[in-house]
Amino acid sequence: MYASLEELCCEAEEKNCALWELVLRDDMQQRGVSRRESFEATKKLYLTMKKADEDYEKELLSHSGLVGGDGEKIAKARREGWLYCGDFIGHVMETAVKMGESNACMKKIVAAPTAGSCGVMPAVLLNLQREKGFTDDRMTEAMFVAAGIGGVIANRAFLAGASGGCQAEIGSASAMAAGAAAYLAGGDARKIATAAALALKSLLGLACDPVAGLVEVPCVKRNVIGSVNALTAADMAMAGISSRIPPDEVIDAMKSIGICMPTCLKETGTGGLAATPTGERIREEMD
Amino acid sequence: MNMLDIIGPAMVGPSSSHTAGAVRIGRIAKKLMAEKITEAKILLHGSFLATGKGHGTDRALVAGLLGMDVDDDRIRVSFEVAKQEGLSFSFGSIMLPDAHPNSVKLYLTGESGKKLEVVASSVGGGRILVNEIDGLTANFSGDYPTLIVHNQDQPGHVAEVTSMLSHKSVNIATMQLYRDGRGGKAVMVVECDQEVPEEGIRWLEHAEGVLKVTYLSLA
Ligand code: SF4
Repeated sequence: MYASLEELCCEAEEKNCALWELVLRDDMQQRGVSRRESFEATKKLYLTMKKADEDYEKELLSHSGLVGGDGEKIAKARREGWLYCGDFIGHVMETAVKMGESNACMKKIVAAPTAGSCGVMPAVLLNLQREKGFTDDRMTEAMFVAAGIGGVIANRAFLAGASGGCQAEIGSASAMAAGAAAYLAGGDARKIATAAALALKSLLGLACDPVAGLVEVPCVKRNVIGSVNALTAADMAMAGISSRIPPDEVIDAMKSIGICMPTCLKETGTGGLAATPTGERIREEMD
Repeated sequence: MNMLDIIGPAMVGPSSSHTAGAVRIGRIAKKLMAEKITEAKILLHGSFLATGKGHGTDRALVAGLLGMDVDDDRIRVSFEVAKQEGLSFSFGSIMLPDAHPNSVKLYLTGESGKKLEVVASSVGGGRILVNEIDGLTANFSGDYPTLIVHNQDQPGHVAEVTSMLSHKSVNIATMQLYRDGRGGKAVMVVECDQEVPEEGIRWLEHAEGVLKVTYLSLA
């Protein structure tokens, strides 16, 4: 995996090669697989995301009873046509919440990069495909783009709430999805890196404070901001807006913030929302 | 870490450490048993104990002991599947000194009466570490075919194992040695790049001074 987005961009420019292609070649080398195997494995993950979205069950509740059925509420509102966000973003919200709920209800999802943030990538990718009619192969290329960004974040910083707070999970998922969305809009490597940076910047500092230590509250709904933020970041990048702080430095900032974060905000379920009177009460009721 | 750790795995939620990692622990324990498990006593430690129920850690461990993988749709109903398949299980709590917060101790009995004790932890992102086998230290991830040999602490056993492996053209990836005291019980943990052939394992089992051979096959 690459150690910097700058390196990915330079290599893409020097070799006149798409960013996703570099990530695929790197995967072939790292895992010792053929081009076809690498592509098919990634495509399968994309199709699994699609299947997971279709398999949403609106009646299911999580073990704690805190989560379930909200995706259906957004779907209903979207169909009624009165959402401020309109039909497209309405769909994005719906997919994000549904996937987060499916995860909390022990259904199959694709961790991207983590289980808690599993709704962001599908919310962006599935809806862009539905809206714009991209082929599954094109979507698979976008998955490679996202994985390349995630790989750099894993190398330079972290992808787990326990290590760096929610900025490392929802923030990274958003950066990955933003890059993928920029690619689908025709963005080159620089635009992709910019989109990722703009997305991550907006979520820097986000704490990991799950109520009762469960991947439910606030995780499910945070998938919404992760996906919407990815789309606005991709739009900004494609409109020609740049990140004044270079993408790799943004990732480094995420790391330094994560290191400064107290343990109570790193998935221990002891700070932030988890430590509110209501959060505490929910935990006590669970015991 | 590789690309499929960044996006992926496809898994049953809600938590890569508390659910997917727990399935992997159970699954690797089942592979180490190399036969059907009929009885399991499952003792949860730390965060597995504190938030395990809400994360389905209990159902995930049982699913793994039944041989399910992290993306099996039956994980949610693994208790029912266990009933059908004749696996009886019980849960309890344990305080394991110096253990990772997400740890579990398993006491397993197989259909032939074979017994196995495993301590393992889920160390993040669905990755796991087996810490102990039958009370002796053994640190391995389960990512490689792994040979665990318990023997008397006396000269020659390491050479026996390594020459058997080289004879079978198996390359050693990592090797660790532990013992409970000089001349007491010792353990060798060998992670390999290839699968160790069945007859090599049988041969070791009959070698003098070898107390037990446990093998994790990924095939
Ligand atoms: S709050 Fe923590 S557990 Fe929930 S999604 Fe964010 S990082 Fe994951």
